Amino acid sequence: MGITFRKETFRDDFTFKNSPEHIRRFPFPFHEDSYMYAVNIEPHVLGPKGSVLENLIDVDEHYVAEMQDRALVLAEDPLRCQSLPHMTLAGWDLLELLMEQQALGYPEHFSLTRDGDRWRWINRPLGIDDSFTFGDVSTLPYGPMEYITRQSQGDFCILDQRDGNLWMDAGMVTTQADWSLDFDIGMNFFEWHAPVPLAHEKGIFVRALKFLTNIQQGKPARRLNWTMTINPRLDTSPENYHKWGPDRTTVTPENVGDKVHLRVELQSFWRLPRSNGIVFPIRCYLIKMDELVTQPKWARRLHRVIRDLPEELANYKGLTRYRATLVEWLSKLDDGSPTSPGFGPD
Amino acid sequence: MSTGTTKLDVVVSDVVPVNELVTRFHFRRRDGQLLPTFSGGAHVVVEMRDGERTRLNPYSLMGSPLDTREYTISVRRDDAGRGGSLFMHRHVRPGMEMVISYPVNLFSLDLRASKHLMLAGGIGITPFMAQTAQLAADGGNFELHYTCRTASLGTYADVLRERYDRRVRLYHDDRDERIELDRLLSSQPLGTHLYVCGPSGMIGWVCDRAAALGWPAETVHFEHFAAPQPGAPFDVMLAVSGKTIRVGEQQSLLEAIEAAGVDPPYLCRGGVCGQCETNVIAHDGKFIHNDHWLSEEEHRSCKKIMPCVSRFEGRSLVLER
Repeated sequence: MGITFRKETFRDDFTFKNSPEHIRRFPFPFHEDSYMYAVNIEPHVLGPKGSVLENLIDVDEHYVAEMQDRALVLAEDPLRCQSLPHMTLAGWDLLELLMEQQALGYPEHFSLTRDGDRWRWINRPLGIDDSFTFGDVSTLPYGPMEYITRQSQGDFCILDQRDGNLWMDAGMVTTQADWSLDFDIGMNFFEWHAPVPLAHEKGIFVRALKFLTNIQQGKPARRLNWTMTINPRLDTSPENYHKWGPDRTTVTPENVGDKVHLRVELQSFWRLPRSNGIVFPIRCYLIKMDELVTQPKWARRLHRVIRDLPEELANYKGLTRYRATLVEWLSKLDDGSPTSPGFGPD
Repeated sequence: MSTGTTKLDVVVSDVVPVNELVTRFHFRRRDGQLLPTFSGGAHVVVEMRDGERTRLNPYSLMGSPLDTREYTISVRRDDAGRGGSLFMHRHVRPGMEMVISYPVNLFSLDLRASKHLMLAGGIGITPFMAQTAQLAADGGNFELHYTCRTASLGTYADVLRERYDRRVRLYHDDRDERIELDRLLSSQPLGTHLYVCGPSGMIGWVCDRAAALGWPAETVHFEHFAAPQPGAPFDVMLAVSGKTIRVGEQQSLLEAIEAAGVDPPYLCRGGVCGQCETNVIAHDGKFIHNDHWLSEEEHRSCKKIMPCVSRFEGRSLVLER
């Protein structure tokens, strides 16, 4: 049957919306009524049918529109896609991973045929049919990482592993929650995480790095992260702060439901076989408050989480200006009754 | 947060004696599919069903990473060892079904290097077989210096000379040929990375000279698998699982824990990767730390042990397992 891809925008008139099926499959990130950092990493294995974990690389109804938005971002700012010279092999690793996973999960939309190093890739939603030689950059219109990440939802950071650390040495980053690849390129794990409050003191990054450097081939891992965004804007980068930062002042009790979005990142971690690097896809899911509160359990829980969030975290996530307005709006949907355990809607 | 290890069901497709001490084993997938791609320097852990006991030994993959129809390892027979290599030599035959782990690389090439300078001693040549194949396929710049006892024990020296000609330099102990290490290390272009795999004495010597000659630590890479050393038997209480176990003379602490049905995570079984790190709850005695994972300070603290290679002597030991 296949996915019906929506025609929508993530800028200007902001026509992005989730269909009712996509509301139900939204990866709601809170399993209890409060939130604090934890090393919430688990094996990235297949989840229930109809969830975002039905495939390990998820393609959804926003695919085509997201790829169009990415192309617009790159046209304005090519530095969102960078690969240091030693990372080309890792780019091929990523190309193989994403082609294999997308073809496996969505055979009606993508197909990959391999004959030794002669490959043919068909991407029907984007109208692409390319034959190329795996490992030969001259046979593709872009470098391998840029080529495949122009056709894959989510941001991708490729981390080189050396000296017991991970280094942000390549990436395609256009749907980020206020961080910059151009600023972080070449940094190690502790350096690029330096701005995160509270977590360093808890030793979280030391433990997380130990775990990540031991990720094995065939055993990917994942975690969820979240923040909030005003308007369904994918590109909330520091480079474009002047465009989206002021949006935070526009939230009123009347427009909360339409303007305020929960932004969830499904982050996964995969060992790359040829380069021994790690790829870190950061897949962004957006849902507006009006859509989210169609699930009463999520409305009650989100109210409690945002109300009780430590101030440092609220500041770091950029909620401060509209937090009170949002909590007041959500409180009307929270009758105080208990919420069931787990992430899913009732 | 245990990562565990993914297993591959394989069949031994060939067993080839290479010289009087070394035999090569070829593995293919039982289902006929391709094996996972790997990077030069990776190893697999081979499971050996030796009567009642299971032996788990790591071996470097030595085939070309570009060919995943089969994996090859080379095993040097160690008559004084704990028996894993003897099992491979005596009992493993073509057609035998075995289980190996997915490849894991703890001795990766640094692809930023402008040149890769490789120093191998004896059976330490195996990871370089894969790394040179990987680099050669992509026009990489490398130079290999290989020391062996005699020409007949120079495992794959002939193959390497034929493939790479003057990029390979051989040194034979019985002819009193020695690497002129200081001269070699002092004459490399900027951006060179150094890799060493061989006996621990050689690794220590090369690392010390490199440091003395000003090589930054980040440019010096070594593969330092410690084989578990035999020792006096000792008893251990596993607090989490509520079991008391005895570690035999020829058994590692990790093997004894596994034999009791407790399954700690592991990757290298050689004191390098850190996966099986275990907290010490109480002890009355002395630790014999043989790993390269914990810091000296952690060794002195007596709060952690790497059960894959380290042992204990004394009255009692309680571990968080």
